Amino acid sequence: MKLKKNTINNLITYIMVIAAFLLCQWMLASGKMTRSLKGQLIPICVYIVMAVSLNLVVGISGELSLGHAGFMSVGAFSGIVMSAWLAGAFQMENEIVRLLLAMACGGVFAGIAGVLIGIPVLRLRGDYLAIVTLAFGEIIRNIMNCLYFSLDGSRIRISFNNPNLPGTILINGPAGAAGVDKISTFGMGFALILFSLFVVLNLVNSRSGRAIMAIRDNRIAAEAMGINVTKYKMMAFVTSAVLAGMAGALYGLNFSTITASKFKFDTSILVLVFVVLGGIGNIRGSIIAATLLTILPELLRAFNDYRMLVYAIVLILVMLMTNNPTMRAFFERLRPKRSKGEPTAKEGESA
Amino acid sequence: MTQRQNEKTRMVPVPTYAIVPERDVDKRPVLEARHLGIEFGGLKAVEDFNMIVGRTEIAGLIGPNGAGKTTVFNLLTKVYQPTSGTILIDGKDTAGMNTVQANKLGIARTFQNIRLFSNMSVEDNVRIGLHNQVKYGMFSGIFRLPAYWRQEKRQHEQALELLSIFDMQDMASVKAGSLPYGAQRRLEIVRALATNPLLLLLDEPAAGMNPHETEELMENIIKIRDKFQIAVMLIEHDMNLVMGICEGICVLNYGRIIAKGTAEEIQSNPTVIEAYLGKRKGA
Repeated sequence: MKLKKNTINNLITYIMVIAAFLLCQWMLASGKMTRSLKGQLIPICVYIVMAVSLNLVVGISGELSLGHAGFMSVGAFSGIVMSAWLAGAFQMENEIVRLLLAMACGGVFAGIAGVLIGIPVLRLRGDYLAIVTLAFGEIIRNIMNCLYFSLDGSRIRISFNNPNLPGTILINGPAGAAGVDKISTFGMGFALILFSLFVVLNLVNSRSGRAIMAIRDNRIAAEAMGINVTKYKMMAFVTSAVLAGMAGALYGLNFSTITASKFKFDTSILVLVFVVLGGIGNIRGSIIAATLLTILPELLRAFNDYRMLVYAIVLILVMLMTNNPTMRAFFERLRPKRSKGEPTAKEGESA
Repeated sequence: MTQRQNEKTRMVPVPTYAIVPERDVDKRPVLEARHLGIEFGGLKAVEDFNMIVGRTEIAGLIGPNGAGKTTVFNLLTKVYQPTSGTILIDGKDTAGMNTVQANKLGIARTFQNIRLFSNMSVEDNVRIGLHNQVKYGMFSGIFRLPAYWRQEKRQHEQALELLSIFDMQDMASVKAGSLPYGAQRRLEIVRALATNPLLLLLDEPAAGMNPHETEELMENIIKIRDKFQIAVMLIEHDMNLVMGICEGICVLNYGRIIAKGTAEEIQSNPTVIEAYLGKRKGA
């Protein structure tokens, strides 16, 4: 059987990720990796998963969501509580199992948040939807700022605006979580990337994914074909929230202290930048953009005070190169000629 | 029902003038519209629209520009909710339904300005039409359970079979947006057929086609009707097509039906001629 274009494309993505992981492992083993890069490995994995999951909403479902960091924070804090609870109440020693359960817990809670937010938000369209998701992202952050969790024996106590809880405080309102067990591993980050790729790519190439893309391409026609618009928009939104929650749990358990202010609007925008830069709807592009843009600020340390300026200039240049028609034509000419059978995106748009 | 309620019953005139092909007379009509009307802020776009479409009828809806033909289609497919009147599809009242529910009852349509999923392949467009025919859940899709492989294969086979009506199997992997105009119109018909309708609504299917393509389209519409045993209702400005294949024709002007009948009756109807060409001088 001849492999379909889609299948080949997906295979390339998987191979690329696996190769990058093996390369990192080799560098770690042979001591060729700098310390700063070593510390960045897990955040890179987290941001890749964030970008891939946001791309499901922005690229595949076609709705601009600006509150993705909110789901990440729900995942992070529920993951931290879960991990502490498992360790405290069940004396669970196995860190891998604890991390897995914490990530699952983060995914579930972020999914619930996704459903609750999706119900009002997905009634809106376009810019309005973007603004309301932004607002919900901020609301989640503010709620997290007022939440107190403690572990009292084997019970978890939750309170709102009252820091005087019995037992060990796990999450201390605006001061965030402190003394978190750092149980995240690079291997688990890699597994999470593979899992999110598996979910998103398989979803896209299935009946549900086609329905989601049909709604993006032409909502009226999709309805006339009997596709339940709300159901499929919700499916994309919640799947994306679950993946973001799992990434959040991994992120939360990678630092000994973490506060809710870490998941500000800036983080949502940062993830959106990965998606836009990598190409909207292009999963592989998201992965590459998330990796490069997480490493870039570290590489630019040499510029000292001008670091963020250079970072901004690099962003603008990349945007120009990928989106400006003149620049695009210039790069097209540099590229080796494509085979005739494959129509380029430009031809499709003009037809 | 109690007698008291009976006393209060308001009697309404049922359509006194409706025609269906003789072969469909004893069967339940696929579409019945009674006193259908819609107002947009006081403007009556469609008023007192009565129509019955037989089980296997090819019906035509014609009229000058702005007569309200597409509005009628939008009412029937529930894109708009009527402000008065009833629509029965296969004998079932559609009051309060949305487009998706109307489609599941058996009404499928094409659009005047083509609305394909232009970034998706031709086959995927047809597969969207098969969405409610060949099903499997989200989890089967993500985790590639046996249901996925079985139903994907069925979708693929059915999509190719449907495409073969218009000899389009070879284009299955082409992007829909890059097809020539005529092929896009044909693909819209295939996609609508994939939803397994009882009634197929075609909004100007021959627009932009050359006389040769129109001729082929006429043959194909009849072929589709015979093969699937469904009713077809079409809006068209090409009178050769309308007079050639439509059995019952309905003429709309300023949102009202001005004439109904067979092709011959319509062609010789003075009201219709007046609506299209204006009054004869001195008459």
